[in-house]
Amino acid sequence: MKKSQLLLLIALMLIATVFISACGASGPKTIKIGINAPLTGDIPKVGEGTKYAAEMWLDDINKDGGLDVGGKKYKVELVIEDNESKADSATKANTKLITQDEVLAIVGPQSSKQAVPAGEVANNYKTPMISPWSTNPNTTLNRPWVFRAAFLDPFQGVVDAKFISDEFGFTKAAVLYDVASDYPKGLAEVFKKSWEDLHGAGSVVAFESFTTKDTDFSAQLTKIINSGAEVLFVPQYYNEVALIVQQAHELGWKGPIIGSDSWGSAETVKLCGSDCYGSFFSTHYAAAGATGATKEFIDRYNAKYGYVPDDVAALTWDSLNLLKQAIQDCGKITGDIAKDRQCVRDALANIKNFPGITGNMTFDDQGDPTKCAVIVKISDKGEFEFYKQACP
Amino acid sequence: MVSFFQNLVNALQWGSFYALIALGYSMVYGILMLFNFAHGDIFMVGAYIGFFVATGLLALTVSGSIALPGWLVLLLTIIIAMALNSIVGMLVERIGYRPLRDAPRASAAITGLMIGIILETGNLALLGAQRLSFPPLIATETYNIAGVNVTNKKIMIVGVALFLMLVLHLFITKTKWGMAMRAMAYDFAIIPLMGVPINLIAALTFGLGSALAAAAGILYGVAYPILDPYMGILIGWKAFVAAILGGRGSILGAAFAGFLLGFIEIFTATIFPSTFRDLIAYSIILIILTFRPHGLFGEAYSARLRL
Repeated sequence: MKKSQLLLLIALMLIATVFISACGASGPKTIKIGINAPLTGDIPKVGEGTKYAAEMWLDDINKDGGLDVGGKKYKVELVIEDNESKADSATKANTKLITQDEVLAIVGPQSSKQAVPAGEVANNYKTPMISPWSTNPNTTLNRPWVFRAAFLDPFQGVVDAKFISDEFGFTKAAVLYDVASDYPKGLAEVFKKSWEDLHGAGSVVAFESFTTKDTDFSAQLTKIINSGAEVLFVPQYYNEVALIVQQAHELGWKGPIIGSDSWGSAETVKLCGSDCYGSFFSTHYAAAGATGATKEFIDRYNAKYGYVPDDVAALTWDSLNLLKQAIQDCGKITGDIAKDRQCVRDALANIKNFPGITGNMTFDDQGDPTKCAVIVKISDKGEFEFYKQACP
Repeated sequence: MVSFFQNLVNALQWGSFYALIALGYSMVYGILMLFNFAHGDIFMVGAYIGFFVATGLLALTVSGSIALPGWLVLLLTIIIAMALNSIVGMLVERIGYRPLRDAPRASAAITGLMIGIILETGNLALLGAQRLSFPPLIATETYNIAGVNVTNKKIMIVGVALFLMLVLHLFITKTKWGMAMRAMAYDFAIIPLMGVPINLIAALTFGLGSALAAAAGILYGVAYPILDPYMGILIGWKAFVAAILGGRGSILGAAFAGFLLGFIEIFTATIFPSTFRDLIAYSIILIILTFRPHGLFGEAYSARLRL
């Protein structure tokens, strides 16, 4: 008797809960946006830049009293999840953001290692996702719900190979990359292909690899030095860059060392020191020599957090503004999350010539932007200096 | 040929770390019959202690309180960090292992894993996930000897590692404490009856192993100047492999196998595509263990500390 009463009570409460939540959904006052960032783990500086840019963006929205969609102001809430710079944590974070927090859209994860698997989740759940920093083709490939703000690995590999050939006139190159990580592996392979397209088969005289967490590269570097290579291409993250460049110099490497946008963190020079001076890398934007809206962003960020923002922060900023644009293009928020997500996705796909601080962007049919790359030189004072612009 | 000697130099440096860390595993196993799986993380703690001692000494030098040349700062850093880290090691023994000395071996093994995780995440909580850059205490000088590039750091690292191994060897063979350690390794049950304070000797063993790990951590910081809370895991596991390869409980074996492991890793990367380095290197070790299951210097059914 007692038991059945209790069951009845629980059933009533459940029905009430469903009823109340259904009522509440009719007029949402907040728009939830998920941020999936590596706050801890291998590249915490990247996570910090993401968080800071997002908070700055939210401050702007709050200053205006909310996000204006079709003449109605909505409060915006950021749900920031840590992916520990791990692939499995990034997919978990995405699943939580989509199913539990019911965010409208997600910005992140940053590196391809997490963005490729996390994009799968977002696409399956039909939730728009913009990865600001990922440059691996697989992040957006055949995933209509996934976009990115950065250009692609293949494009960087091609640009770097062209830049080295034009700038130095070299014909023999060496590559050292992490075989266990999507980003360096993809980039190394594209660089090899485009270098060999330019200089013939066998012109990449050493194609050496290691695995994540390795710290000693002496065997690989000895091989590279003995191969007679004139230039070394290292598409690695900042913590490995410092070790590789220092060890290369200790083993007698004299040529230039070229990197990719993963070098573009404030930490690179801090960890690497004078060994990295004079190196080049391709990236999305250069803080030194910036003008207009880019400069305004850099100055505001610097004033607020005390250092010049790296490309992650700039791309996160652009991603959030792309999202803002798409939500506003939508015209209204219905409260039916599936419908709203569909509307935001379609709006994103239709954005043309969006004026971002990392360049004007238009999405192609894969959700990848068409934009230019920048070649940056690390000066003798350890600053990132704009060197050249390289367009596709 | 030049590249062979170059790789020999590379392997000597890399092997030094394995050897120093493997000694800690081996000593503890020889005396207490347990694998201290937290040892890789004790190595990490040693590197961090070294970082703070070195930074502190440099700050004092800059402020003008004391005037010390870089090499002296490094020497002091090694000595102070070894002392401090041996206290960490003894605490780990006292808190983690002593209460479990009569517990099943599996309990002691997972204790080590848990202490390791506590040390890693504790570091993460205290210092954050940001990498630390070990201060360059001595300026790098590169000598080119007949085409082989050798830096002063490499010579220093290998020299200090060999010196510490020699000191350990002398300590164990020539001192009363060393004799007590050997006795304890010989027979754990009888030795207390002879008046040997086993708790003290167990703590001493952990202290010595941790001191060596601290030295390894600082030398590691000099060679690879980026510290992160998880730096000890992989190198710890590999040094553990070296300890097993050397023969469980064998000091000489651990030191030798540490260097051997360094050589195998470097030379497989040289001969085969570097992608397969660990695959091939550890297959070789598996084959060695198949033919010598008690390790290179180990004896069947015995865990004595052999010297």
